Amino acid sequence: MPQARTEERTELERVARRLRHNIVRSTTEAGSGHPSTSLSMVEVVAVLYFGGVLRYDPQQPHQPDRDRFILSKGHGAPGLYAVLAEAGFFPVEDLMTLRKMGSPLEGHPNMRRLAGVEASTGSLGQGLSMGIGHAHAARLDESDFRTYVMTGDGEVEQGQVWEAAMHAGNHGLDNLTLIVDRNRHQQTDAVAKVQPLDPLVDKFESFNWEAREIDGHSLDEVAAAFDWARGVSGKPQAIIARTVKGKGVSLLEEAQDKWHGKPIPKEEEARALQEIGAEL
Amino acid sequence: MSFGLSRVSFETGPATREAFGEALAEAGANKDVIVIDGDVNNSTFTNKFKDMYPDRFFNVGIAESNMIGIASGLAAAGKIPVVASFSTFLLSNAFDQIRMGVAFPNLNVKLVGTHAGISIGEDGPSQMAVEDVAQACAFPGMTVVVPADGPSASIATHALLEREGPTFMRCGRPGVPLLYGPASDFQIGKANTLREGDDITLIANGIMVAMALDAAEGLAADGIQARVLDMHTVKPIDTDCIVKAANETRAIVVAEEHLAYGGLGSTVAMVVGEHKPTRMAFVDIGDTYATSGKPDELLEHFGLTPDAILDAARRVLKD
Ligand SMILES: Cc1ncc(C[n+]2csc(CCOP(=O)(O)OP(=O)(O)O)c2C)c(N)n1
Ligand SMILES: [Mg+2]
Repeated sequence: MPQARTEERTELERVARRLRHNIVRSTTEAGSGHPSTSLSMVEVVAVLYFGGVLRYDPQQPHQPDRDRFILSKGHGAPGLYAVLAEAGFFPVEDLMTLRKMGSPLEGHPNMRRLAGVEASTGSLGQGLSMGIGHAHAARLDESDFRTYVMTGDGEVEQGQVWEAAMHAGNHGLDNLTLIVDRNRHQQTDAVAKVQPLDPLVDKFESFNWEAREIDGHSLDEVAAAFDWARGVSGKPQAIIARTVKGKGVSLLEEAQDKWHGKPIPKEEEARALQEIGAEL
Repeated sequence: MSFGLSRVSFETGPATREAFGEALAEAGANKDVIVIDGDVNNSTFTNKFKDMYPDRFFNVGIAESNMIGIASGLAAAGKIPVVASFSTFLLSNAFDQIRMGVAFPNLNVKLVGTHAGISIGEDGPSQMAVEDVAQACAFPGMTVVVPADGPSASIATHALLEREGPTFMRCGRPGVPLLYGPASDFQIGKANTLREGDDITLIANGIMVAMALDAAEGLAADGIQARVLDMHTVKPIDTDCIVKAANETRAIVVAEEHLAYGGLGSTVAMVVGEHKPTRMAFVDIGDTYATSGKPDELLEHFGLTPDAILDAARRVLKD
């Protein structure tokens, strides 16, 4: 199974900039969607798909021994689509059909319509359980594929996440890695105001996971965290990725509680793209 | 949004979710009213209540089952909890909690689901409640209301708060045509006849009511007089009104922004079948999930238009 691996930090940085660029353009074109949610996950998915972590083949997207990435925070679809296009699952031009009638790039990921999407999500809290299903299947089939799941931080308020966490820990599913996109904001407010989560690492550890917190925008820390995760045996691993909601676009970064689920207005788009500075 | 309307013109009023939020803030004068939301209070319009009565508002986060459990306890302790979220998350995510914590103990919990139906548009099928009416109707003792416009949603909010027992109100995302005034006669469990006619009856709720009125104009051009009923309360259903329509008109068309099974159509058919078998036709989403798209495009694609009602009426009158 091929594995896109670029040792070049600068190349990964270029990928990250292109993902940001496409997240902004596709959501602004759609006139709706969640760019800030998608921008906070860019480095994690860039390393997953281009840093030699996930094994996948866009030509054979359903090959049984591929690694899985499940975006449990389904409203981050524009970020998932951007990286799937970059990885060659479909043409980059298709990103501009986001949310349009007839397009398989729906507002939230639909595994029945778009190759590369591993789970249909959009109702928060369910992806980790689905990931456990894949992880058990790998064990039963004696396959070495790994499963990666990303949730939001508001999302882990959902009880099912903890039912899943308890199960994965007790079954010692070391072929399962959870990334919590810890951008500290949810839809209506700061996570700390709605439901303080800390100490999050301790919570996972007490559920029999290995857990660590990293800077989710540092390509080096993200890459090192995935190396660490693959080395853990006997336990699932949680990576708490400290991120910034709207990362890379000052308009969004400066008012993180105001931009959830809102596209960058057409008249602000050029400035946002300039800040991102992708070489296309 | 046009809702495919072409024969009648209505003023566009607020979304039903917005009217609910306004009415809820008014109802906050009653100190027993407690509001619980799940991190969507800026979408359900419960923010207005939150700003006025912060002590009686809880944003419990993205945890719908927990919301319902808390509401159950509050109701058992004598409060009047109103639980609001997107309709699909409220009913689908917390179905068993509603069953055990609300319906089975018959507690006075007020459920309000917003962003129902496919008219939410681009967010797509995961966010669209299309089976919520069936789910809510399945619970013994649950009152189920689907208002068609802002004023009636407002009246319904107050009426449901005054009504003892579990209730569910379904609200939509877009602004909708104004059909009622603030002082209109609107009672839970009693359908409103918005147009008289003796040839055929069009029964609808939610956004389909304005479309039924539009379709009735189209039928009038064919010389067919259609009665239009706003069947805002799906449960308890207004049996008398339906039986009367079945007796006085030749056929019945039911239109709803919901899947085919278990919603308004099924409920009306049950009454018709038992009391006065009559030819019927159904306009709904059928047996499929929708997609992303612009609201009007989706309504057109999934056959929720005045013309779809008109065609169904012509078809059913022909046989
Ligand atoms: C079960 C459920 N409840 C509510 C929502 C509505 N909703 C969509 S995104 C969101 C906030 C998510 O916050 P977080 O998990 O922190 O993700 P972020 O956008 O910050 O990455 C909410 C409440 C949903 N999609 N699913
Ligand atoms: Mg967050």
